[in-house]
Amino acid sequence: MKLTGAETLCESLTRLGVREIFGYPGGAILPVYDALGKSKLHHVLVRHEQGATHMADGYARASGGIGVAMATSGPGATNMVTGIATAMMDSSPVVCITGQVSSKVLGSDAFQEIDITGITMPITKHNVVITKAEDIARTIREAFLIANSGRPGPVLVDITKDAQQASAEFNWEASEPKLPPKRLRNNHDQAEFDRAVEMLNTAKRPIILAGHGIMVSGAMRAFEQFVRAGNYPVAMTLLGIGCFPANDPLNLGMMGMHGEAWVNNAIQEADLLIAVGMRFDDRVTGDLRTYAKSARKIHIEIDRAEINKNVKVDAALVGDAREVLEKLTPHIQTRDHGTWIRHITELKGDSAVRDIQSLPDNGHLYAAHVINDIWKETRGEAIVVTDVGQHQMWEAQYYHHNQPRTLITSGGLGTMGFALPAAIGAKFAKPGSEVWVVVGDGGFQMTMSELATIVQEKISIKIAIINNGYLGMVRQWQEFFYDKRYVATPLVAPDFAALANAFGIRGERITKRAEVVPIIRSARESNETVLIDFRVEQEDSVYPMVAAGASLSDMIRRPNNPLVETATEP
Amino acid sequence: MQTLVAYVENKPGVLNRVASLARRLAINIDSLTVGPTENEEIARMTIVAHTDERGAHRLEASLEKLVDVLLAENISTRALLERDLALIKVSADQQNRPHLMELIKVFRARVVDVAPESLIIEVSGTVDKIDGLLEVLRPFGVLEMARTGRISMTRGGDLLQPPPATQSESLETAEAKSK
Repeated sequence: MKLTGAETLCESLTRLGVREIFGYPGGAILPVYDALGKSKLHHVLVRHEQGATHMADGYARASGGIGVAMATSGPGATNMVTGIATAMMDSSPVVCITGQVSSKVLGSDAFQEIDITGITMPITKHNVVITKAEDIARTIREAFLIANSGRPGPVLVDITKDAQQASAEFNWEASEPKLPPKRLRNNHDQAEFDRAVEMLNTAKRPIILAGHGIMVSGAMRAFEQFVRAGNYPVAMTLLGIGCFPANDPLNLGMMGMHGEAWVNNAIQEADLLIAVGMRFDDRVTGDLRTYAKSARKIHIEIDRAEINKNVKVDAALVGDAREVLEKLTPHIQTRDHGTWIRHITELKGDSAVRDIQSLPDNGHLYAAHVINDIWKETRGEAIVVTDVGQHQMWEAQYYHHNQPRTLITSGGLGTMGFALPAAIGAKFAKPGSEVWVVVGDGGFQMTMSELATIVQEKISIKIAIINNGYLGMVRQWQEFFYDKRYVATPLVAPDFAALANAFGIRGERITKRAEVVPIIRSARESNETVLIDFRVEQEDSVYPMVAAGASLSDMIRRPNNPLVETATEP
Repeated sequence: MQTLVAYVENKPGVLNRVASLARRLAINIDSLTVGPTENEEIARMTIVAHTDERGAHRLEASLEKLVDVLLAENISTRALLERDLALIKVSADQQNRPHLMELIKVFRARVVDVAPESLIIEVSGTVDKIDGLLEVLRPFGVLEMARTGRISMTRGGDLLQPPPATQSESLETAEAKSK
């Protein structure tokens, strides 16, 4: 069967299980769009190519599958850069397809020509230029294979216009991926494994650091069995949230810069860290010289390049989290950590049992209240997509996730503007799920044009803007470290409710605490998208906080203030 | 200084990926040589990098993450044979020419081009040997020099071969997972 390159691309994507493509057309990708129109693939027209990549990313994170974004050459491709880098930093399997000028004029600075594979080399897991129609099927299959195997990541496929237009024989069976043969490494060195088992069985104060890798590996069951076998307390990274139920008594909550104080203190007092699918990011460790000094460390990680990168470990078990955990669990003999767990409970003090809901209404609306109310009203079952900043940390503290892939957030790159488009992608991945956007007034203004995409696609997303009139997290740093010189952080915003109306979306503005629960209920009852502008306390800060580069033990605590700094018991 | 050997796909852009990776990791490359192997689809690189053991591990592991890199290995601590090749154009007149020839003999180098006012000397060996020859040639006037950079091979039965052409991962599983 003869197909054009463009038809081959659409047929290949369909055979690989793709349903939606998030993209934006243009000259160099027009043949593909023409073929798209004749295929069963659903194209979601975005308002900016960055949105397309975030949507594909949100789709991937919510589903565990691959998200596909598409753009034309030149500016279409360069607009994708931020979204690709976001996916790279958080190991999200995204395949980006870009049009490219015809191979005959490559390198001639043709109209809308840009070397996008050169630009994206350091921010993709792999990228490739296709100049021949006959290479398309195999290369797309390879791209999908690379994106979601091992440690996942984004792959960019740049297809010249002549390759899209040319005809070639389509033979799926003959287009099997042909990737270079890789050396098989012996990932399960027995001596290393035995050392890890010995550490597990002799530790008095062990703590697990649970990361995103558990979710990526699909290791939730194996992880739970491992936790139960050793009766280990579990601390979560931001991206690890959801891999182990928040309501499990062994789940302590989030660690790191805005982690719970007792979690950070427990890490500092531990004699064994069991790191699973996490990479000791600086936001997690604080000052490395003072990090968990009395602890030996086991690192379970699929990416060999992460071993000893930031923290020197005593046993490195390189491999898929599920496989390694399943192999380890039968060797666990010691599970008597009652004294240690009681000690951590003492570290919690009374902060864990105070309920912010029971605090008297002092006339102010706090972000924590809003997010905690969304948690209560949705019974913790919604997919929450956050942006980056204060609201993101409050979400991690006050919304308790029991299910994997229900918190979608840009961790590594910290990309403002991520939430709204990523939520659209998540909604396509999980059309039956309730999707909430929790976003600041700053980040929302970066990608709010995607409201039009929501309307055009007739999807239902609940948008909670945590509006404090500042770039809040930067303002907080200015408050703490720059003597309250609020340079470039006060932020004028449009009337978001009116803006929503202009897009054809119901918009509401909330200023009082008593209005929070009713509006959440009303929004949930609606089958349509609702945008709620929560006007919260302007100069509230996220506590506790470990300053950048400071020791994990050295936390800035909330000053004497009736508002609690910590989460409610889930 | 750390020495790594990498087998890579012999195709355009791979050298760029390898060099770009070292740059991203802030590792300074002292020399990088690349040439085809007996299998023309595979090229072999010798990378000499200004870094410590930890940096070399990071570079090695990161290189192996590149799709086009088949194998990367830090061989710094192993028994190695190392060779560098240099062409050195040195000024030589009638008077000093005999003296020059003597030195060349001592270093087991050879003259590959003779002109009225200069000679081109070819020398191969360890970096130290070539540096040594260069040192004694300097007083005569070194006009030009080209060096290949180091190539290295582990000695004896310590083999470092490209992996066989079989897929390490089940494609069906990975493709199924991607759905």
